Amino acid sequence: MTDSMLIYKIILCVIVFAVSLGAAAYMTWGERKLAAWLQDRVGPNRAGPLGLLQPIADGIKMIFKEEMIPTHSNRWLFILGPCFFMLCACMTGVVIPWGAGWEAGGTIFPMQVTDINIGLLYLLGVVSIGVYGVMIGGWASNNKYSLLGALRASSQMISYEVAMGLALIALVMMTGTLSLKEIVAQQDQGLSYVVYQPLGFIIFIICAFAETNRAPFDLPECESELVGGYHTEYSSMKLGFFLFAEYINMFISSAIMASLYFGGYNFPFQHELGLDGNLLTAVQTAVFFGKIFIFIFVFMWVRWTLPRFRYDQLMNLGWKVLLPLAIANIIITGFVMLFMGKLG
Amino acid sequence: MLTEYAFWFLSFVAVFSGIAVIISKNPVYSVLYLIMTFFSIAGHYFLMNAQFLAAVHIIVYAGAIMVLFLYVIMMLNLNNIEVEKRSNALRLAAVVAAGLLLTILSGAAQKADQITLAEKTTAPSGLVENLGIALYKNYLLPFELASVLFLSAMVGAVYLSKKNLNETQA
Repeated sequence: MTDSMLIYKIILCVIVFAVSLGAAAYMTWGERKLAAWLQDRVGPNRAGPLGLLQPIADGIKMIFKEEMIPTHSNRWLFILGPCFFMLCACMTGVVIPWGAGWEAGGTIFPMQVTDINIGLLYLLGVVSIGVYGVMIGGWASNNKYSLLGALRASSQMISYEVAMGLALIALVMMTGTLSLKEIVAQQDQGLSYVVYQPLGFIIFIICAFAETNRAPFDLPECESELVGGYHTEYSSMKLGFFLFAEYINMFISSAIMASLYFGGYNFPFQHELGLDGNLLTAVQTAVFFGKIFIFIFVFMWVRWTLPRFRYDQLMNLGWKVLLPLAIANIIITGFVMLFMGKLG
Repeated sequence: MLTEYAFWFLSFVAVFSGIAVIISKNPVYSVLYLIMTFFSIAGHYFLMNAQFLAAVHIIVYAGAIMVLFLYVIMMLNLNNIEVEKRSNALRLAAVVAAGLLLTILSGAAQKADQITLAEKTTAPSGLVENLGIALYKNYLLPFELASVLFLSAMVGAVYLSKKNLNETQA
């Protein structure tokens, strides 16, 4: 790796980080505006035009609020919890290909921080360790509601991770690679993988809702039963981290769904437009963000439409419906590939 | 050069957190240190270009098994285990055993060569494709036998939990 490439990658890393944070901040605004729209209200409209400065005002408020650490809590773990949750949320952005790559001075700079050949496994790994932030935070609070919320969150995340992983296996069988860059590049020609894997996609999106603790699976912070769930005892920016990380997770999982099942930055007839390399990359990145925002819209739309599940319904859905469906999907995919002669 | 620094750093973290697992009084700390150990070992796998192994190590050990450990410890609320009184015979046995271990270790350390870092490998042996081909071509039978073993363990666990359920209901 040359020096210029290294510097470029570091800059790209910072950009991905900044974009994730910025998108998450404005998703809080978008969520409130959308909720207002669905409920026939106005929503935030005081800070700036259309309330656009609201996320900044909220951020400043969060930072300057009084910070409280409960007396009988475990101080270090109490601080570690939200930090770790935030870290895991920010770690996944590095394997997503944000665009095809642009050319300057004869070198192609990819729009992806790193193309490790186990990209999908990396994603699953980060998702599976993300649960520690919630568990540590909930336990260290020394509050029964926090602990119950943390236990619910972790069991929910573990349960849905299984079905999510199995849904991805069917996809990997078709793509023959674990690298996200390859999977997106394969969808350049031909149809997106959602056409071949409709069941897999449905399982994946349900699991993504459960993994990000979004409604209708937001039982970990079910306020009617658990006060505030695992972040009951948190205040100030530590609470902000938990809430903010949820939006980052939502952004990243939308990006993952867009790249795995909906062709990532590719769009139909992109090569017939006659655009040259760098301009095409810019358009592709814009299209990719468009796809991401459609998914984010779906996340919010569902939240303000559907009521919450009951806890046993959640577990039954995960283990008795999604898991057998995911296994059936793998078997069907295998048979179809066998009969279509696609096996190598 | 960077890999060498990474190696020493990861080794330090692995040894430090491994010791901390044993000496922590609070079981939750022990579990967290054990997770840290797993992470540093996964880092070593990365250095040896075994990316698949590293990812699976994180997913299986840190992501699944340790979560369940932590879960159980939090549910049981084992904040501080009280050290039970040990008899003198047990203490004597512990001293003898530790002394024997020390003898063996010092003997081994004297005979051992100077530690040399493994050459940075770029062999693709740890990558997914090669691992898959090796597992499904050369080691198909052991692989399938291990899978059957896992399946039987799963069935056994389900059976045991179901059995207790029936007894409590009856």
